Amino acid sequence: MKSIFDYIAGIFKGVWSLLKGMTITGKYFIRLDKIVTQKYPENRKKLKMYDRFKGELIMPHDANNFHKCNGCGICEMNCPNGSIEVISDKIITSEGKSKRIIGTHIYHLSMCTFCGLCVKSCPSNALAFSQEFEHAVFDRNKLTKVLNNPGSSLVKDLAE
Amino acid sequence: MSEEKKVIVELDENPEYIINMGPQHPSTHGVLRFEVSLQGETVKYLIPHCGYIHRGIEKMCESLTYPQIIHLTDRLDYLSAHMNNEAVSLCVEKALDIEVPERVKYIRSILSELNRIASHQLWWCAFGMDLGGLTCFFYGLRDREKILDIFEESCGSRLLHSFVVPGGLMHDVHPNFKQSIRDFIKYFRKLLPEYDTLLTGNVIFQNRTRDLGIMSKETAINYGITGPSGRASGFACDVRKVEPYSAYPYIDFKEILYTEGDTFHRYKARMDEMWESMVILEKLLDKMPDGNDYTAKMKPVIKLPEGEYFQRVETARGELGVYIVSDGNKTPYRLKLRTPNFSNLFVMNKLTAGYKIADLVAISGSLDLVIPDIDR
Repeated sequence: MKSIFDYIAGIFKGVWSLLKGMTITGKYFIRLDKIVTQKYPENRKKLKMYDRFKGELIMPHDANNFHKCNGCGICEMNCPNGSIEVISDKIITSEGKSKRIIGTHIYHLSMCTFCGLCVKSCPSNALAFSQEFEHAVFDRNKLTKVLNNPGSSLVKDLAE
Repeated sequence: MSEEKKVIVELDENPEYIINMGPQHPSTHGVLRFEVSLQGETVKYLIPHCGYIHRGIEKMCESLTYPQIIHLTDRLDYLSAHMNNEAVSLCVEKALDIEVPERVKYIRSILSELNRIASHQLWWCAFGMDLGGLTCFFYGLRDREKILDIFEESCGSRLLHSFVVPGGLMHDVHPNFKQSIRDFIKYFRKLLPEYDTLLTGNVIFQNRTRDLGIMSKETAINYGITGPSGRASGFACDVRKVEPYSAYPYIDFKEILYTEGDTFHRYKARMDEMWESMVILEKLLDKMPDGNDYTAKMKPVIKLPEGEYFQRVETARGELGVYIVSDGNKTPYRLKLRTPNFSNLFVMNKLTAGYKIADLVAISGSLDLVIPDIDR
């Protein structure tokens, strides 16, 4: 007799546990203020990443097209995957000394693992991460970027 | 004709049926293949085949400098990236005999505990989903998002944050760091009981997990099962207690231990760890010193003295050991990783034998396997 009661009690307990779970889902079904999902492509304008978000590597240029990179190649040495290539040129200054300047700073986004060692190791703070996160492109070659703008040069006070 | 007949007879007499579970099976959480031998619906034996996501991380480490190794350890057990980073960093610091600032120790432990909660939340999502409760998946990820936001604000990335480096941290934490964690604790304390109502008390869940895949303490020790899976069997293996590192010696906390060792108690151990992690977080936040020092003074090129070094830490899944052999160069001569999931995987055969194939999903889910950590 006892086992029958236990059996029936078990059924009721089981159904009760299911109903208790359903109250949680029911609560969130009704409470429209608790919605956490975002409509992504529509909210693109409002969507703001945190300042430190490691989106992609950039070389900040100021208004007069000056950057801080002197082409020392420390970022290239510190990169674990070879996603940075620094091709530097030699120029002769007005005083007749030979001096190294940056030719092209090539960044392979497709190989980058966003460890942040390049930004950390840069002695002149020439590199930074942007908050751009939409990296999808149709052509793989577009992921190879040149970071220094055409016609840009080293900041004056650093060059002297 | 007679040969054909013989084959049919053999099949009838030996009704063993071998199927592959994986490598593309949703409940193996990655690319893991089980060779399962079935008798009817009952599992006779199970052979795990790993190596589908082998990347040779140990070998790659031999050609990288110590700061560069950090970003590879993220990709071992990607759900406890912080602890992996910490393991290598602590090993390098031990070799160089460097004492990191107190504040760094606290921040490392805080981030580790946050990562542990985030990892257990994702495990809860996936475990619920394996057993047929899709709702869990959404609720768990919703709360995990709060932790990932804290990581994103301070470390710059959400999952693979190479934030702990030999000698300290990559950069200082965000000024909102303390407040956002306190907010999260307040938020999650309110929502964690919902997890219990939704899944723990559920009758279907209880029937599918209780008294299933029982692992004795002896088995846990013999197979080297660490982490919550081992502690559910009564094996006190918490490295935070046994061999305290970073800021764990400064605070007092409870080690979650159960003696039952079945699937339900492996689940319960992880749920209780989330509660305990929040207590640890509060204690660490109260004691964390102010200031802005985030790194010890390090040489630009790190060269370890000749010798062998070992350091272990507690990740979300168990004990991670890092063994570095150095020949005095700036790259290690050999780097061996003792990963928790590799040991936890091979007890599967012992646990599942004699149970039904549907129970196999529950047992493998309760061990919380992360496949890149097995294959590495």
